[in-house]
Amino acid sequence: MSTTITDADRGVAERAMGIGLRGLNWLAGSDLLDRIRIRKGLERALFQGTKSGFRTATVAGRTFKAAQSLGKPARQSRSQSKGLFDVTPDDEQAMFQEAGRAFAAEKIRPAAKAADDERATPPEILAQAAEIGVAMLGVPAELGGVVEEGAATTAALIGEALAHGDMGIAYAALAPGAVATAIGLWGSAEQEATYLPAFIGEDAPAAALAILEPRPLFDPLKLATTARREGGDWVLEGAKSLIARAGECELFLVAADAEDVGPALFIVESKTKGLTIEDEPAMGLRPAATGRLILEGARVPASAILGESRRADYVECVGRARIAWASLSVGTAQAVLDYVIPYVNDRHAFGEPISNRQGVAFTVSDIGIESGGMRLATYRAAARADRGAEFAREAALARRLCAQKGMKIGSDGVQLLGGHGFVKEHPVERWYRDLRSAGVMEGALLV
Amino acid sequence: MINLEIPKKYKPLATQANQVATEVFRPISRKYDEAEHSYPKELDMLASLIDGMNEGSDLGGAGATGVRRSANGSDPGENRNGSNLSTVLGVIELCWGDVGLLLSMPRQGLGNSAIASVATDEQLERYGGKWAAMAITEPEAGSDSAAIRTTAELDGDEYVLNGEKIFVTSGDRADLIVVWATLDRSKGRAAIKSFIVERDNPGLKLDRLEHKLGIRASDTANFTLQDCRVPREALLGDPEVKEKGFAGVMETFDNTRPLVAAMAVGVTRAALEETRRRLASAGVEIDYDAPALSQPAAAARFLEMEADYEAAWLLTLQAAWMADNSKPNSLQASMAKAKAGRTCVDVTLGCVELCGAVGLGETELLEKWSRDAKILDIFEGTQQIQLLIVARQLLGKTSSELR
Repeated sequence: MSTTITDADRGVAERAMGIGLRGLNWLAGSDLLDRIRIRKGLERALFQGTKSGFRTATVAGRTFKAAQSLGKPARQSRSQSKGLFDVTPDDEQAMFQEAGRAFAAEKIRPAAKAADDERATPPEILAQAAEIGVAMLGVPAELGGVVEEGAATTAALIGEALAHGDMGIAYAALAPGAVATAIGLWGSAEQEATYLPAFIGEDAPAAALAILEPRPLFDPLKLATTARREGGDWVLEGAKSLIARAGECELFLVAADAEDVGPALFIVESKTKGLTIEDEPAMGLRPAATGRLILEGARVPASAILGESRRADYVECVGRARIAWASLSVGTAQAVLDYVIPYVNDRHAFGEPISNRQGVAFTVSDIGIESGGMRLATYRAAARADRGAEFAREAALARRLCAQKGMKIGSDGVQLLGGHGFVKEHPVERWYRDLRSAGVMEGALLV
Repeated sequence: MINLEIPKKYKPLATQANQVATEVFRPISRKYDEAEHSYPKELDMLASLIDGMNEGSDLGGAGATGVRRSANGSDPGENRNGSNLSTVLGVIELCWGDVGLLLSMPRQGLGNSAIASVATDEQLERYGGKWAAMAITEPEAGSDSAAIRTTAELDGDEYVLNGEKIFVTSGDRADLIVVWATLDRSKGRAAIKSFIVERDNPGLKLDRLEHKLGIRASDTANFTLQDCRVPREALLGDPEVKEKGFAGVMETFDNTRPLVAAMAVGVTRAALEETRRRLASAGVEIDYDAPALSQPAAAARFLEMEADYEAAWLLTLQAAWMADNSKPNSLQASMAKAKAGRTCVDVTLGCVELCGAVGLGETELLEKWSRDAKILDIFEGTQQIQLLIVARQLLGKTSSELR
């Protein structure tokens, strides 16, 4: 614990303790705040956390009602770079990154094996993640969001940090935020007023950005799920795959090929008729309790189509999701590197540490080199998104690297441990399964 | 704030370098690939121009400004973009034009980089404005530069050098050769020093020029040093024999590895751009929105190669940026060199394969780039040496534990 506590720290800590929020208590009481400067972002996160402590949550099928109507939709502010090349996060980003890392190390990693076995993330971990503000990273500051600017980069840094703990848990924790981010980026003022307030604070609903479909060579721009016009409504048909906590979701953003529009996102509340959830266990991301959403004649009002349903918005959404999955791959790849280094140094064969052999050592080098490239490519794409620059190319390349090099790293992680890597005593086999999953996912998360 | 783009202030430099590459290098690229060992006289005027660029600002030219980390830097917390980054950006553009010609640029040799990095003010005064090559490799000492056998013996006010040096880039054309030699072979790496030898020194005998797979515009010389006498002041850096001395010599490589990585990045981009055009004319467009695997195989392969290029480019810029910000970058410099070197070889060969006969044919430059590429994964530390350096750092191993 710290010996020097600043006034800012004390203020935060006292407020946190005063309302008895354990997660905040943890955050405020850890050494974390002594190492990093408190800035507006955290203050606001805590303020929002405090506010939501008084709200009564209706867990299943809450009613989303427009709280206020702004004239025009609020948007994230674009980041104002000085135009210099820089690999360091700004103070606010560093703070979220540190919080994410500490949370991942102290809470997520220890819970990962059981969560993988049981295909469930403990509710207290989801609650603590919410207290860091993961569900509202993409909510515009005007509407109570905690991130001033650079939200995509911040989300990528948090995704990386949490996935270092466990990718499946990170997916479970971050998935609802994708819906809030999408509505905050592309939703109408009415949609923002209706849905975003629920995501402010720690009581965010389970929600999912459902794009992926269960078929080979899936292309998010060529959807099999359809939306046809019928009497002023939209009627949706299709199936969406590998949705985190599908059974708990209160809100879906469903990608469908809309009549006369093309690919677009639809806001579908869980109480809508014609929705069924099927369990869909997969080789990876098991703590997210993945399920499939089946839409059969699911009728939603004309107003359910997200924002102005521009194709460019949808394409941007697909790209941002790829950056998010790339960031998770980076975190898990780093976990592999951090795990194999002490292992190959300690493990002896032929009378010396196996890391004294180039065949082993060079594999470690390659993990370091490729994960470094993956990380920079991911950051570049996210930072471009924050500035409002084109990022389709950068997102595609980050995804390629993460699908390919990320999987190689997952495979090498198991290989370096040999038979020990193949058994569940070590986490590398889990990371092998998760890194394959990350390269396949579309949608579901956003930066 | 994270921003991994070419900084605004260096965009004019990159544009200028690209114009040089387009207008000066590309038109004579094939000519000097064919006319190996003949001096590209077109470079003289350009070299003067680059001297001018090096003079006034931190807009380094082809990398020979070296790295002098100023002690009285600005606020340590403040992000800096300086000569390391600008040099890397310039080198990428010029090598997009032709890497062999960049290596042939007068006064832009590796020796210049070494002199600029470690010379005393007197040495800078004396040798400034000259073209300096670097002579490290010997027939029996390649990657293992601590094993060099060329000796330097103090005789009065002169050192007497004896030995054999191979693979000296620009060795025939340069004014000076920076020769690595040992003061005492029994003292190992601590005794290894570098000496500035004038090209017309009678003790420095040119044995031959190599015929090579690539970078044929650049001359590669082999020398014999026979009782080659140089003044005492020709020893670069500290004459004391101590363990840290060799580390100092090797640190030069922390600064030059990102430059070689930048060369590889430039060649890689050239091949990718040409291949993208060729594929487009064959009806294959690269789509960044569609998944790679639902596109034609050629497009998927291209995306894979471009992704490797992106990683190499970013690792290279990162290594240079760290040097600008006085962050230790030995690990990142080796990572960049390893990634860029192998990417350059894989991508240029992949581009030849994708373009078929057009790729192989000498009417285009694709085949040349794939020949030029290979040296970039070899000199300034081979792929394997970079992997060793990276592994030792990541694993916390000494060179005796991980050999």
